Amino acid sequence: MLVVGLMSDFIQRESTNHMNTEIFGIGGMFAASVLLAMPLGRYISNVYSGERTLLDPLFNPLERIFYTISRIDPHIEMGWKQHMQAMLVINLLWFLMSMLILMTQGALPLNPDGNPSMSADLAFNTSVSFLVNCDLQHYAGESGVSYLSQFWLMFLQFVSAATGMAAVVVLFRAFRDKTAQTLGNFYVYLVKSCTRILLPLSLILALVLVFEGTPMTFAGKDTITTLQGDTVEVSRGPAAAFVAIKHVGTNGGGFFGANSAHPLENPSYLSNMVEMVGQMIIPLAMIFAFGHFIRRRKLSWVIFGVMTLGFMVLTIPNVLMEMRGNPAIAQMGVDSALGAMEGKEVRIGAAASGFWSIVTTAISTGSVNAMHDSSMPLSGMNQLLAMMVNAFYGGCGVGLLNFFIYIILAVFISGLMVGRTPEFLGKKVEAQEMKIAMFVALLHPFLILVATGLATAFPAQGASTVSNPGFHGFSEILYEYTSSAANNGSGFEGLGDNTLWWNITTGIVLILSRFLPIIGPVAIAGLMAQKKYIPEGEGTLKTDTGTFGMMIFTVIVIIAALSFFPALALGPIAEYFSMI
Amino acid sequence: MKTHFLHAIMLTLSLFLLLTVIYPAMVWAVAKLAPGKGDGQTLHHAGHTFYRHIGQSFTQDRYFWSRPSAVDYNAAGSAGSNKGPSNEAYLADVHTRIDMLLAKHPGISIAQIPMDLVTASGSGLDPDFSVRAAKVQVERIARIRGIPEDKLIALINTHTTHPLWNMFGPKKINVLELNLALDSVSAR
Repeated sequence: MLVVGLMSDFIQRESTNHMNTEIFGIGGMFAASVLLAMPLGRYISNVYSGERTLLDPLFNPLERIFYTISRIDPHIEMGWKQHMQAMLVINLLWFLMSMLILMTQGALPLNPDGNPSMSADLAFNTSVSFLVNCDLQHYAGESGVSYLSQFWLMFLQFVSAATGMAAVVVLFRAFRDKTAQTLGNFYVYLVKSCTRILLPLSLILALVLVFEGTPMTFAGKDTITTLQGDTVEVSRGPAAAFVAIKHVGTNGGGFFGANSAHPLENPSYLSNMVEMVGQMIIPLAMIFAFGHFIRRRKLSWVIFGVMTLGFMVLTIPNVLMEMRGNPAIAQMGVDSALGAMEGKEVRIGAAASGFWSIVTTAISTGSVNAMHDSSMPLSGMNQLLAMMVNAFYGGCGVGLLNFFIYIILAVFISGLMVGRTPEFLGKKVEAQEMKIAMFVALLHPFLILVATGLATAFPAQGASTVSNPGFHGFSEILYEYTSSAANNGSGFEGLGDNTLWWNITTGIVLILSRFLPIIGPVAIAGLMAQKKYIPEGEGTLKTDTGTFGMMIFTVIVIIAALSFFPALALGPIAEYFSMI
Repeated sequence: MKTHFLHAIMLTLSLFLLLTVIYPAMVWAVAKLAPGKGDGQTLHHAGHTFYRHIGQSFTQDRYFWSRPSAVDYNAAGSAGSNKGPSNEAYLADVHTRIDMLLAKHPGISIAQIPMDLVTASGSGLDPDFSVRAAKVQVERIARIRGIPEDKLIALINTHTTHPLWNMFGPKKINVLELNLALDSVSAR
């Protein structure tokens, strides 16, 4: 009903205003992302399966040098446990290096603005957050980090995205061959993700950005006198390279405090479109890469269909509500044709800001081009839901891993319903796999709800840090933990989150909700890979059909949406009803 | 485990060199060819340097006012107000802004005030405002500067940036550029 009302409201306004260029803009961004993702998916599949690709002449020799220096034999095959060992060890190393750099940055070079070193708890939070591809930021880029630290965080943006991608390739491998004990080499997947996928795409994006006006300089703050005579400072820095991988790797950590709402980080509508395509393209391409890699393209389309359905259900009402504007301000009598402009930029507009807010939460980027804290109540709810599901596309690699858990659950439930042995791609799903899948599926609501409950139970830690009263204040707390558990990184930024409590608790949620949901699905895939292949027959439940797609969608709605409903009712839903 | 550590250390160094030294160096080198040479695009006026993309605070009556800002347009930082849509104190602030606009523009009705002029942007540094935000201020500026209103409307039209390729995104006006043009029409 709400959607129908919004739609008719929208059509009426459309006839009086020329807002359709804002809608075309969204359509253009989405269409371009999907169209580019299809060939990119084929390319990604070829990269991981070792077939010949365009960039071989450049990267084959370079990668050989990397392997020689690191004494890695790229031909050594690993089982799923070895993959996970290698992943955890290298992540631990990055964490330690990160703590060292952030806690001493004040004394290190490339610090023209003289920004101080981080406190231990803030360094812990920041290190973990960038390590796990979340990029929750309890500091502001202008004053909280040196350029050297920005470069280090940029490095983490590359390798954390590559970690997620390497993990999902293990899953690809597990279902390609009839039976497999070994699933490729972790280091090879990691390196190839960086060199052949993330680096070229980032380079293209960065070059567009510098021509649109994003700075790439080592100069520090500039002091200027404005036209009417005020003296202000202007922060700059090597932003273009950083902003590019921030999107391509679905990381989302901003160079400046205001992230992609900042006019230097996102100077124009064109830059906004390019950053949008840049962040959607790998999560979308991964779906197509999967089908190509295991030679089951139809399965890709089922997955794409379910994800797109969920994505649209969240996006469309959000865009309409943001374009309609804040009813409480409209009541005062002003012209609300521009939509809800609090926290939004004129060059981007309400429609593209609303669209971005769902893309960034759905695919776990967490960059923002408008302040989510000032979104309409139910827009905020959809942002939360996108992170609670965390698999309507999802982040680089990990989105598909999360979705795989829902597939396993759907296979099991529908298997029970029709009385057939649950199978996926010719492999039996048995008790062990189900236990892992259930554990991972329930971990997400558990972490979010328990942590939110704790923060709410201690007002000195939770309520005292919120910046808005009432229901919205509760939403700020809920959002912070949801964003952490989804490894998203966006925030209701009114929250005063640089405290010991927030730094430590979100840090713990971040670690648990990153590595367990990677290890879980990879373990399931590894276990299933070793099983005997059962050829498809009359009794097989087909998983690449629309019916099964709807089954997956239903499982997602039941598990993700319903478990969060009580919390949502206390926050955004209550706020919505308080405003009408 | 120990061998993993050895691989990890050397691989990290290799990747660091490629991704954190070579890659940004390439972007930095190309940025030298871009407008502003990678230091941020600037406008020069009467010996002053301004940043084209960084909005400025305009509160004097002789200028087109820019949008409200949570950081007073000091680009040493950047932030939105982060006020929730139902926050009473925030709604009272918006009301104050509306009243102020009405008091300074006796000829306009409340329905002519566009949303962007009474709300703070996401960055606090928004360089733009909407066409309506400019038009609603014409009456005041014409009065103070002694410029005919139709001349100001023409100025607004020439400084309106249309949607990208006339297809994508909203119309907008760079407030600083409009005010610079205003100063070149009349110094008063």
